[in-house]
Amino acid sequence: MNLINQKEILHRIQSRVNLNRFVKGIFLVATLLVLAVLALLLFRLISQGAGHLSLDFLGNYSSRFAAKAGIKAALVGSILLMLVVAPVTLIIGVATAIYLEEYAPKTKLTNLIVINISNLAGVPSIIFGLLGLTVFVRGLMLGKSVLAAGLTMSLLVLPVIIVSSQEAIRGVPSDLREASYGMGAAKWKTILHVVLPAAIPGIATGCILALSRAVGETAPLVILGIPVIVYFLPTGLLSEFTALPMQIFDWAKRPQPEFQTVAAAGIVVLMVFLLLLNSLAVYIRYKYQKRY
Amino acid sequence: MKKAKNLVAATMIGSALLLGACGQGDGKSKSSEAEQTAKADEVAESNISGDGSSTVAPILEGIVEEYSASHPKTQVSVGVSGTGGGFEKFINGETDFSNASRPVKDEEAAKLKEAGIDYTEMKIAYDGISIVVNKDNDWVEDLTVDQLKEIWTENGKNKKWSDINPKWPKEKISFYSPGTDSGTYDYFVNDILEGKDLVKNATLSEDDNVLVKGVESDKNGIGYFGFAYYLANKDQLKVVKIGGIEPTHETIKSGTYTPLSRPLFVYVKNKSVKENASMYNFMKYTIENAGEMAEAVGYVKTPDEDYKKDLEALENLK
Repeated sequence: MNLINQKEILHRIQSRVNLNRFVKGIFLVATLLVLAVLALLLFRLISQGAGHLSLDFLGNYSSRFAAKAGIKAALVGSILLMLVVAPVTLIIGVATAIYLEEYAPKTKLTNLIVINISNLAGVPSIIFGLLGLTVFVRGLMLGKSVLAAGLTMSLLVLPVIIVSSQEAIRGVPSDLREASYGMGAAKWKTILHVVLPAAIPGIATGCILALSRAVGETAPLVILGIPVIVYFLPTGLLSEFTALPMQIFDWAKRPQPEFQTVAAAGIVVLMVFLLLLNSLAVYIRYKYQKRY
Repeated sequence: MKKAKNLVAATMIGSALLLGACGQGDGKSKSSEAEQTAKADEVAESNISGDGSSTVAPILEGIVEEYSASHPKTQVSVGVSGTGGGFEKFINGETDFSNASRPVKDEEAAKLKEAGIDYTEMKIAYDGISIVVNKDNDWVEDLTVDQLKEIWTENGKNKKWSDINPKWPKEKISFYSPGTDSGTYDYFVNDILEGKDLVKNATLSEDDNVLVKGVESDKNGIGYFGFAYYLANKDQLKVVKIGGIEPTHETIKSGTYTPLSRPLFVYVKNKSVKENASMYNFMKYTIENAGEMAEAVGYVKTPDEDYKKDLEALENLK
C-alpha cells in the first residue's frame, strides 16, 4: 500500500520550490542593496578623504587653509564628551532598568512610565538640544561646556540604554533567579551576582550603540551653540570645546571645494571612532555570551 | 562571574574618577575667573567666547588661528549660529563678542539694554552681496535695483522670467536665498525689498553651498550670497551686474557697487574688555588685522579711518 501519494506531491512540489526560490531571491536582493549602498558610501568617503588623512590631520587644529586643517580639537572634544556621557548614562540607565524590571510593582503607573521611556527614545534630538540649552547651558549656567553638552547627550541616549537594559534583564531566565533565592541569596545579591552578569551582553550592546549615537549627533550641539572655531584643547569639564560632527558640518559648509575633501577625511575619522566603539560591543558580547 | 564583578567595579571607579575630575574642572575655572578679575595680563589663562554670522566667521577664523599661535594661553572660541542666533546669545550674556553681517536691530538693542549689556560696534570689513544665475543663463546680464526688487518680492504668483522682461524666456524662476537667521537675508529683505516679503517658494538654506549647488544645477535659478562664496565658485556661476556695476574688490571698496555692498561688524561687550586684559588684547589684534584677513578670505577692507575709529573706541573702553 502506498502511504504517500507520490503523484500528488510531485504535482504540487514544483510551485513550492519556486515560491521558495522567489522569496530567497527577494531577501538576497534586499541584503545586496543595503551592502551596495554601504559599499558606495564607504568608497566615496575613503576615495575623497584618503588624500587628506595623515598624522598631521589628527594632530593639527583646523585652519583657514584646507591643506593645513586638522581635527585635533574636535577629536579630543568628542572623546571628552564620551567620558561624560558614558558613566552618566551607564549608571543612571542601568539603575533605572534594574528598578523597573526587578523592584517596581507591576502597576498601571509603572506601565505608563515604561511606555513613556520608550516614546522618549523616538523624540527628535533637536528637542533634547533645546532642553539642554534651557536647563544646562542657561539654567545651571554651565555654558557651552563639555559637561553641559555631555549631560544633554546623556538625556538623549538614556531612553535607548534603559530600554535595551530592560530587555536584557528580562531575558535572564527566571530559573537562575529562583536558584539563587533557593540558595538563600537576598534580592540585591541575586541581582548583582546572577542577573547583571547574565544580562551584560545585552546591556553592553545597548550602551555602545547609544554612545555611538551620541558621538554622531549634530543637531543638539548646533542648538547648544557649540563653537567651531576652536584652537585649544579643553582643559576640564567646564571648558568650551568643539566636537567631531560640528567640525565636519563646518567644513562641509565652506565655499572652497578643497574643504569638501577635509570634511570627507573628518567623516572617515568619525567612522573609525564609531567602528572602534562598535567592535568593543561585539567583543563584550562575544566574551560574555556563552556563559548561560 | 568574577570578570563581571570587575567590570562593575571598573565602571564605578571610572565614574568616581570622573566626578573627581569634574570637581577639579570647577575649581580651575573659578580660579581663572579670579585671575580675570584681578586684571591679569595676557600671560594668564583666559577664555574669550564669540558667536554670530557665518559671513564674518572666515575673517575671525583667520584671526583666531594666528592669534592662538602666538597667545596659546588665551582660549578663543567662536561659534557660527548666524547673525540673529549670535545676538540671541550675546543678549543672554553667553558671549564676549558677536559677529554680524548687518547692524544690530532695534529690538535686539532694546533687549541688550534691558539685560544691562553695553556694547560697542566695530566695523571690520565690507562685503558685496552677489547676485548669481546659472552659467547657461544667456538673457540676464544686468539688473536694475527695481528689477531685482520685482524678481524677489512675493506677489502671490509663480514668477516667470518673461514677467520681468518680455524678451526673456517664459520659464519659471527658481529662487535660492540664505536662511532667515542669516544677516545676509535680513540685509536683502530690509534694504533691497524695503521690508516686503521675499518670494515664498524660495529655497532657504543657512548653508551657502546649498545655494551655490542649487543655482549651478538649475538653468532658471537665481540666488544671492556673500562675495566670498561667489569668488570661491566663480567658474560655476555667472554673476549679475547691478545697475551696470559688477561686484569686484574695487567696486565694493570704492562704494560704487551700491546698494548691495554692506559693512560687516563685530559687536564687543564693553564689560569684557574692561575686566579682561586678554579680551582687550585680542580685540586690538582683531582690529589691526581684520583688513588684511578680510582681503585674504575674499572680502574687502574698510577705509583706514574706520579701523582707527574702532581702535580709539576700544582704548576708551579699557
